[in-house]
Amino acid sequence: MRFSSKPTLLVFLILFTSWLHAQDDLLGLVGEDEPKKEYVKAAFKSSRVINAHSMEFINPGTMDFRILHRFGNIDQGLKNFFGLDQASMRMGFDFGLRPNLMVGVGRSTYKKEVDGFIKYAPLRQSKGPGSFPVTVALVAGMTVDGLPWSDPTRENYFTSRLAYYFSAIVGRKFSDAFTLQITPTVVHKNLVQLQTDVNDIMGVGVGGRLKLNKRMALTWDYTQVFNGLTDGYQNPLSLGLDIESGGHVFQLHISNSAGMNERAFITETTGQWGKGEVRMGFNLSRMFQLKKKKS
Amino acid sequence: MKKYLFLFSLLAITATASAQKYFTKNGTISFDATASGSPENITADNRTVTCVVDGSNGNIQFKSTMKAFTFERALMQEHFNENYVESDKYPEAVFKGVITNVSTISFGKDGSYPATVKGKLTLHGVEKEVESAGTIIVAKGKVTAKANFNVLLSDYNIKVPSVVADKVSNTAKIAVNCGLEPLK
Repeated sequence: MRFSSKPTLLVFLILFTSWLHAQDDLLGLVGEDEPKKEYVKAAFKSSRVINAHSMEFINPGTMDFRILHRFGNIDQGLKNFFGLDQASMRMGFDFGLRPNLMVGVGRSTYKKEVDGFIKYAPLRQSKGPGSFPVTVALVAGMTVDGLPWSDPTRENYFTSRLAYYFSAIVGRKFSDAFTLQITPTVVHKNLVQLQTDVNDIMGVGVGGRLKLNKRMALTWDYTQVFNGLTDGYQNPLSLGLDIESGGHVFQLHISNSAGMNERAFITETTGQWGKGEVRMGFNLSRMFQLKKKKS
Repeated sequence: MKKYLFLFSLLAITATASAQKYFTKNGTISFDATASGSPENITADNRTVTCVVDGSNGNIQFKSTMKAFTFERALMQEHFNENYVESDKYPEAVFKGVITNVSTISFGKDGSYPATVKGKLTLHGVEKEVESAGTIIVAKGKVTAKANFNVLLSDYNIKVPSVVADKVSNTAKIAVNCGLEPLK
């Protein structure tokens, strides 16, 4: 027996090697893939929460054709079909340039206003090695009032038509279903109505979404304005429902605001939720692929 | 001493047998789930598929990272990952099976061999038996594995909502093409 101990060991070895071969994890033989840094996507279904910009960007090479409608106050009843008779709209085109860079232009019927913006995210929420917990996105925009001069007899400057807004979005997709962002914003108006009005209006927006299922989500979009809201103006609060189907996203909502750009909805919201002065509205987004992705 | 030699050669043979494995980490799997009459093509491909074949017993396994599927339209890709295959929850699809007629394939000899593959496909967290006819092509020491088969999305709990049913078919045509190298 002493003599055969070594061959026995060898037999064991052979059995062991063949057992190794027989095991069914062939994929394990070629090694695991290295974990990669991965950016978190689809924090919101759209690049807007409702009115405010969201932490989400549209894909590079795509164009988002956006049609926004804001109706009249619901409390007008059947006479104006709950506000639906009084539609105000904005038509806009957004373009995705990079995964973290987009631009857009739009025109609203309210004040015949043209607006444009550029949105860039220096930091994006990611997971895996070298991950970052939040997305930080900066938005700079400009609006141009297109109404005739209220007093054509005095000397009017083109710059008086302009207003600017700057937002910093800090947002996080906490889970598949829940996303929250805060958005400090400053709106600068070159010309204000009264001497006592301020030119720089500051506020902080809080926006979020709660996914109900794969294609529907509840959204909310509120801005607390800290200064410069004169009598009669309110903080805008909108509650919405996002519905996604193929290349479309419908954002239905009720809001006390009729504005469709930052200047309008942050500084010129008149409705009071407490008095039921809310209106229906929707954003319709249709995505077009301008640049083919595949090589 | 003879006994040792015999045993050593046996070891050596098992070692050679292990050289009969072939693998790749950049195989291709493409699928086509375009509904008939759809204005848009619902197609995508993944060029980073891992495939390992054991020529000695016909075992064959694939692994496909779901996020590696690229589409012509970025939004389709996003919806594919978010709404259909739920890539965050189920990051990969795995097939583990066997070439049932492996004895008729000589991996050492050039030629094109019909192959029948049977096994289990795990996709979207659902494991299902699949069977497919394919081809093993051997040319100059390189082995290529090809197969075409259909997968019913409903079998894997992937629902196509009625609003896009005119574009997205419940049947996905899958095409596999993996050029394999000997695994050392």
